[in-house]
Amino acid sequence: MVTRGFFSGRRPPSDTDARIPPGQYLEQGFPVLSAGPTPRVRTEDWSFTLKQGPKPLKKWNWAEFNALPQSKMTRDIHCVTAWTKFNTPWQGVMIDDILADAGIEPPTAYTLALSFDGYSTNVPTKDLVTGKAMVALLYEGKPITSDHGGPARLLVPHLYFWKSAKWVNGLQFTERDEPGFWELRGYHMYGDPWREQRYSSDP
Amino acid sequence: MTAEPSPQSPWQAATITRIEKRTPRVTSFWFQPSRPFAHLAGQHVDIRLTAPDGYQARRSYSIASASETGGGVELAIERLDDGEVSPFFHDVAAVGDEIELRGPLGGHFIWEESDGGPILLVGGGSGVVPLMAMVRHRTLRNNAVPVALVFSARVWDEVIFRDELIGLDDRRDGFDLVLTLTREPARRPSDYSRRVDARMMAQAIKRLPKAPRLAYVCGSNAFVSAAADALIGAGVPAGPIRTERYGV
Repeated sequence: MVTRGFFSGRRPPSDTDARIPPGQYLEQGFPVLSAGPTPRVRTEDWSFTLKQGPKPLKKWNWAEFNALPQSKMTRDIHCVTAWTKFNTPWQGVMIDDILADAGIEPPTAYTLALSFDGYSTNVPTKDLVTGKAMVALLYEGKPITSDHGGPARLLVPHLYFWKSAKWVNGLQFTERDEPGFWELRGYHMYGDPWREQRYSSDP
Repeated sequence: MTAEPSPQSPWQAATITRIEKRTPRVTSFWFQPSRPFAHLAGQHVDIRLTAPDGYQARRSYSIASASETGGGVELAIERLDDGEVSPFFHDVAAVGDEIELRGPLGGHFIWEESDGGPILLVGGGSGVVPLMAMVRHRTLRNNAVPVALVFSARVWDEVIFRDELIGLDDRRDGFDLVLTLTREPARRPSDYSRRVDARMMAQAIKRLPKAPRLAYVCGSNAFVSAAADALIGAGVPAGPIRTERYGV
């Protein structure tokens, strides 16, 4: 349905068009969204735990985690609130390297990312491994600020950005695909921006 | 939660039935969806505009009206000068136009009667919109849950829904309005003239018969960060604080 009188849309430059998923617009800033107050997690209180169901598999403190091999990822990110930001530069620990340090293969097909503020989000395990995702520690070469999820946030850039949990403190492998915080509140279980999987009713 | 009867498209045409300027920068638009729906106070809709060449722009807008009112949904849209969608509404949209809309959406920043109270609402600028839906829902349901609304605006003339809010405040039915103006002196004895802070939050909480069961904070990111920190500074635990931030 064409909207009467709507012409001057802010079309992206044609050379970037193919990088913007349907229904998204290009944002130069870096908007902040969250369901509650920003937790200020001190690195001395920080930890990261791998769990299978309720059972902890391995836990790292801040120094131990920072000693893991670090990688860089520069990616376009897509927020379900319709903004897309190009070329966001992150540095952190690939999920592959976290699993390697724990000496395990992914035990189940599904994962819940868990956060200090009680947030959670579900991601299929295959979307976290083989170089697809990291626990990011730096943004633009500097520690991630608390409003952007610092000290550490999950980065799963090929899914809508609510999957990239802020203030992440662990991954829990689950037998079933268990909905997380927003997935229990009407948002899509998978969240592929290229298929516009925003809400639970989207195919 | 959305429960769409698939395979129908979640998008539907809605007709603009009324337009009313609220403040110099905020105008309310009433939309009558072709498939009417009930919504929860605090939910939003997505709006999609389509250019003749197929280019689309979509944005989310909170619903200001309560479902009890009927007659479609009211969206109070702030004009953002560098915006893409809000200038269209302010400059082009007219009564009778059809706009594509999807919703209601959102399952977190909502208040239902079963959530109980007291509740503390904190809004900055057009962040008051979803809070207004909660206030209206409570009023139209004759619900007695104590509510304090702290509403920060730059100046008196930018207090959206001002007359309606003051009218509700005057009823003394458990709804308490606290205005704070950041660029003008306070106009009412109980109001403030500064940015929100922990002391203001502590005083707002004292207007409630007991500590808030839930607190809802909505506005720009900077406002929400400051207000949420102020609530925590006033002794409210993080758990009951729900926030909704405009992206920027």
